[in-house]
Amino acid sequence: MVPDVQELYRQMARMRRFEEKLAELWNRGLISGEMHLGVGEEAVAAGVLAHLEEDDAMALDHRSTPPLVGRGVNMESLLLEMMGHPDGLCGGRGGHMHLFSKERLAASSGIVGSSAPLACGFALAARQLRPGKVAVAFFGEGAANQGMLLESFNLAVAWNLPVVFVCKDNRWAITTRSRSVTGGCLLRRARSFGLRAFRVDGTRVERVWATAGKAVGRARAGRGPGFILASCPRMEGHFLGDPMLRVFREPVRQTLEIGPPLARALLSRPLAALPARALHMGIIGKALATLGVEKYVLERDPLRRAAALLSEETRRRIEDEASREVEEAARAALAAVEGR
Amino acid sequence: MPEMTFAQAIDYALGEAMAADERVITLGEDVAMLRRELLVRFGPSRVLQAPISEAAFLAAGVGAAMAGLRPVVEIMMVDFIAVALDALLNQATKVRAFSGGKWNVPLVVRAACGGGYGDAGQHEQCLWGLLSGMPGISVLVPSNPADAAGLMLSAIQCDEPVVFLEHKLLSDYWLDYLGRGGRETVSFDVPEAGARGEVPKPPAPVPIGKAKKAREGRDIAMFGLGVSLHRCLEAAQELEKDGISAEVVDLRSACPLDREMILSSASRTGRVLVVDEDYAGYGLSGEVAALLSEEGLKVDFARVCAEEVVPYARSLEDEVLPNRRRIREAALRLCGGSA
Repeated sequence: MVPDVQELYRQMARMRRFEEKLAELWNRGLISGEMHLGVGEEAVAAGVLAHLEEDDAMALDHRSTPPLVGRGVNMESLLLEMMGHPDGLCGGRGGHMHLFSKERLAASSGIVGSSAPLACGFALAARQLRPGKVAVAFFGEGAANQGMLLESFNLAVAWNLPVVFVCKDNRWAITTRSRSVTGGCLLRRARSFGLRAFRVDGTRVERVWATAGKAVGRARAGRGPGFILASCPRMEGHFLGDPMLRVFREPVRQTLEIGPPLARALLSRPLAALPARALHMGIIGKALATLGVEKYVLERDPLRRAAALLSEETRRRIEDEASREVEEAARAALAAVEGR
Repeated sequence: MPEMTFAQAIDYALGEAMAADERVITLGEDVAMLRRELLVRFGPSRVLQAPISEAAFLAAGVGAAMAGLRPVVEIMMVDFIAVALDALLNQATKVRAFSGGKWNVPLVVRAACGGGYGDAGQHEQCLWGLLSGMPGISVLVPSNPADAAGLMLSAIQCDEPVVFLEHKLLSDYWLDYLGRGGRETVSFDVPEAGARGEVPKPPAPVPIGKAKKAREGRDIAMFGLGVSLHRCLEAAQELEKDGISAEVVDLRSACPLDREMILSSASRTGRVLVVDEDYAGYGLSGEVAALLSEEGLKVDFARVCAEEVVPYARSLEDEVLPNRRRIREAALRLCGGSA
């Protein structure tokens, strides 16, 4: 089997264009609250979704728009939902962290780790009501320290559920470097529960596609649950307006805001503690430096990598189509919102 | 007295407590960034980064408190406490009772609460009713910087489990992270008197369970806390034009309740309106009604609360959370008039 790279890239471009539109609307103040984009996770979403069939289920986290777009949920109804319109996907009552599509058996949640047990339940129902169908859970590596998620790993194995756990490892849990609060290795952790575990470069869609094919295929055949650890970048920070990214994007303003209180803390009495405090200050500096290097030096955009597999002409055609689709949906949604 | 923001006042009190007593530590998700000034002062062993493992680190806080520390455990948003409820419901609040009063848990749980910025009801709940339902716990909900500092200090000094709730409309950094995100294109109905104000230096402890009269009045007593207190004050000003003199009491804690002040305000005015951003059923407002009833006080009673899951759309959210219009209408009905 070889992947249909054109189709994979088409889905990735749709996801990316859609989220760029979300960012634009959010910046204009038309979307309220937090906005966690899945920008950088498109290869993982597209590579996994390519193996899903009708009646397969998805349990999603707070970055749920790429999988929903990839699964064919109507873009206009998603946009209307984010703008709090009564004709939105959930009547304007759920918003971006709480998107539900009963038709597609897709549910998202803002509670970290909760997608894993939900997917186990979806898989349990599939086994009884829709044999041959599977459930997929998406979550980040930050969720891998949540008790309910680890309990779900065991549950899936103990009950031999047709479920695939997809861990999008972007190395950061909000402002915390995950490695600094995580023991051991997540792949071995998953294996120790008896899951068939795979590691993949989540910026390479063709590799995700191949890996997910194995995991989903096994689950569908009733040969047991799987775990995919896919590394990917967090290109827009934890959420739009991420204060750590703002340090790089508007350094002067942020330094003026954060600097003086930190200096006061450094120099507060007793002054004898100054050397130790300078070391503590280093912890903050190191976290920022690590984030900066990852973002501005090491970051690899999965879309650019996938585009490199296509001819220039094909790439452009796919991107134009995606842009057109998103623009049309946005125009209709904005007309509905403004006409209200 | 220096002026501080609500958030600065809390961290100021926490910092003073940490400087005075090395048993005081703080731990939770992202505290290295959220409490970066405390990290610089006290280091990573007392400002301790936790993984996203609420059930484990809150219960570890219980154990640490039993074994001599005075932990301030941060549950980023109170909604997330659901993941870790066992630590409070079956552990922290049971130790004193089960040990025959011989062992106690000086634990503070700090969490952001409340809505008004369009994040929907999985991140915007108050839950102080749910939490107050556990015997052996105090739940503090300050409405201004001075009380926030004073109550945080009392919480840390308290020998029993205390939940300290920090409303996100009052805490500028939470509102910026979760609502504004650096944008100029969105706005929020922030009660200025709650978000910024004078704080005594050094911070003065505010006794737990003591309400405070925020406004004198004759015709009706309105009880509120957190942001709801400010909504009461705003509505009271409008009611003035309707010829109604409203008394407003800041309960300051959902539990324990200040029976004395509630009874005196209620009996003097004969009309009680509880304004509560938490759910209407099985919570604070019902508890106030029960208290009045147990004392045999015959008063006209009404409540303005969250009647359903907080919806995402700002326009719907504004109606579900207690607002000036709903408070005024309820007060007018109680006083025999109409809006």
